[in-house]
Amino acid sequence: MYRYDELDQALVDQRVAEFRDQTRRHLAGELSEEQFRPLRLRNGLYLQRHAPMLRIAIPYGLLSSTQLRKLADVARRYDRGYGHFTTRQNLQLNWPKLADVPEILAELATVQMHAMQTSGNCVRNVTADHLAGIAPDEVDDPRPYCEIIRQWATLHPEFTYLPRKFKIAVTGSAEDRAASEVHDIGLHLRRDAHGQIGFAVLVGGGLGRAPVIGVCIREFLPLPQLLSYLEAILRVYNRHGRRDNLNKARIKVLVKSLGAERFREQVEAEWQAGREHAALLPPAEVARVRACFAPPPYQALADSDVSAGREPAFQAWYRYNTRAHRVPGYRAVFVSLKAHGAVPGDMSAAQMEAVATLAERVSFGLVRTTHTQNLLLADVPQRELYRLWRELAQLGLAMPNIGTLTDMIACPGLDFCSLANAGTISVAQQIQQRFDDLDYLYDLGEIDIKMSGCMNACGHHHVGHIGVLGVDKHGEEWYQISLGGSATGFTALGEVIGPSVPRAEVAATIERIVETYRAVRLDGERFIETLRRVGLAPFRERAYAAHPAAA
Amino acid sequence: MRHILRQREWVADEWRYLDEDPGSAAGVPLIVPWAQLRAAPERWRGRAGRLGAHLAPADRVEELAAALPDLSLVAVEFPNPGDGRGYSHGRLLRERLQFSGELRAVGAGVRQDQVFLLARCGFDALELAAGEDPHAALRALGRYDVAYQPGAPQVALRRQRFFAPGN
Repeated sequence: MYRYDELDQALVDQRVAEFRDQTRRHLAGELSEEQFRPLRLRNGLYLQRHAPMLRIAIPYGLLSSTQLRKLADVARRYDRGYGHFTTRQNLQLNWPKLADVPEILAELATVQMHAMQTSGNCVRNVTADHLAGIAPDEVDDPRPYCEIIRQWATLHPEFTYLPRKFKIAVTGSAEDRAASEVHDIGLHLRRDAHGQIGFAVLVGGGLGRAPVIGVCIREFLPLPQLLSYLEAILRVYNRHGRRDNLNKARIKVLVKSLGAERFREQVEAEWQAGREHAALLPPAEVARVRACFAPPPYQALADSDVSAGREPAFQAWYRYNTRAHRVPGYRAVFVSLKAHGAVPGDMSAAQMEAVATLAERVSFGLVRTTHTQNLLLADVPQRELYRLWRELAQLGLAMPNIGTLTDMIACPGLDFCSLANAGTISVAQQIQQRFDDLDYLYDLGEIDIKMSGCMNACGHHHVGHIGVLGVDKHGEEWYQISLGGSATGFTALGEVIGPSVPRAEVAATIERIVETYRAVRLDGERFIETLRRVGLAPFRERAYAAHPAAA
Repeated sequence: MRHILRQREWVADEWRYLDEDPGSAAGVPLIVPWAQLRAAPERWRGRAGRLGAHLAPADRVEELAAALPDLSLVAVEFPNPGDGRGYSHGRLLRERLQFSGELRAVGAGVRQDQVFLLARCGFDALELAAGEDPHAALRALGRYDVAYQPGAPQVALRRQRFFAPGN
């Protein structure tokens, strides 16, 4: 993984000192809440429903065991002993004290971590495919480029006060596992005819109020020009993006109002005019960062069928919670944060510490967070899997449900977030209870449920096979159901199937939807494939069939 | 008399804004809103004394190109800390339009927590928002001695990661 050099460390340390001073001034009454707000947001600090919330950056989802231990330590000493992993691969602490935050940031800086730009109208944490570096179908490892973009975007002198938040994702595989097409900028690694690395550049994707899929404005951007081109896009956006209406301030609105072609022309013109003064990415710097992501020292092992003859519970876990690896003898292992009865994405300090130790033993001391709110041990020797399974099971982290209906994404919802209209945690638990039979889950196969407590769509509900959106109806929590979204393979936005349902009816409605699937599916057909084949009508019809309460 | 931080010195500001002093005596350096300057360039060019333009966030900075030889100062408005358009104005004036006169940040958004980035975008004069402590702003200019991106020479850095061909 990337290791800070003296520059990186100095910058983070100076940032901590700056925020310590800003917090002191705020607490002393020298900075009003209005003045403090943009400053604290750029250090990941929200003021939430019950307490402040601190969002700690996990750049492109990569953590060392040392860092995970520090997160556990911070959660225990400054919070209530747990944290919440988010769809941007970050970690949120829900109960820190404002006055403690500078100290928390100082602690994080000792392990090369920070909370810079995890909120506010600036370039946010750059995300990547959680299988980066090990996926068999990869053009190149996206993480070095994520790290380079992270550095370029950090405290950017020109782009720290954008019209709105700005999200970038990089993917190196044919299968998009980073939801890059619903990002402000999505970068797809490519090689040209000479084998040179570059990127296809997608702009203007996004979820939130008006979900839209990004448009490609450049088929191949050569790597040395990566930063100058990003700079051109950001400059056009910073100057011309709307600032009069928060709901129309994302770059997708600018791209739409200009039209993709005119937007592209403006970016290309800006790029040509500005290249002399924009950062150039020299090969030596690329090589330095790439070297940090060199493959770990794998042993020469052979693939073997380690599940043969083992008990069915292990076989199920092996099938659902592990993935192929491009190195023989290894598998990637999901640490499920979706145990039934638990809050999706939550993890206790004790679990973090235990996983940090397991990672040191079986996966080169590295842990990844996924945008589906699980963890991943990326490089586990197959011969370690059985023992690892038993250990994860003891920790409550081996729920064999990855990719199934109960591997849901959910934002924190009304229980924590001051933006939310409705709760998500109790609904997730209601769904887990109703679908608690593993054989039934396995029969349903791959189904993505994504749930957001409001239009801001932190739970990515638009791109769930089944999307659940919390809405406020005269002070009551109701839920709108959409079908047909997809974030992998090719990106698609779901369609709302009808009136919203009351909270108590969400799981039952979903059950009627999946029962419809069971009734009409062809042999071996996945849920999303059936949806695409037969359309929404039969689902719409039956979802509400036994349901006079819906309004 | 108003004071500003000019090249890290707290100095009296000899400039006047048009709306402060509509009938200003000849010879007094005067800052005129860009919209008015653009509308009647001859009227202002003929006036005795140095001339400055006051740029609003939505103004198109490229339009200043022809007027720049007559301008000793450009003041860029930052109406609040969240409006970041002026940062682009600053860089474009320095880098693309090669403006070498005084580049001044003015408005309620010019606070100690913004001055480091402003200086990195080429602002060499800071007209601080009401109530801002100039000593604190001066200290804030030195809060960081490293940065990743290329930036203006107004901030001396100990280390920088990325460089531009033309900087």
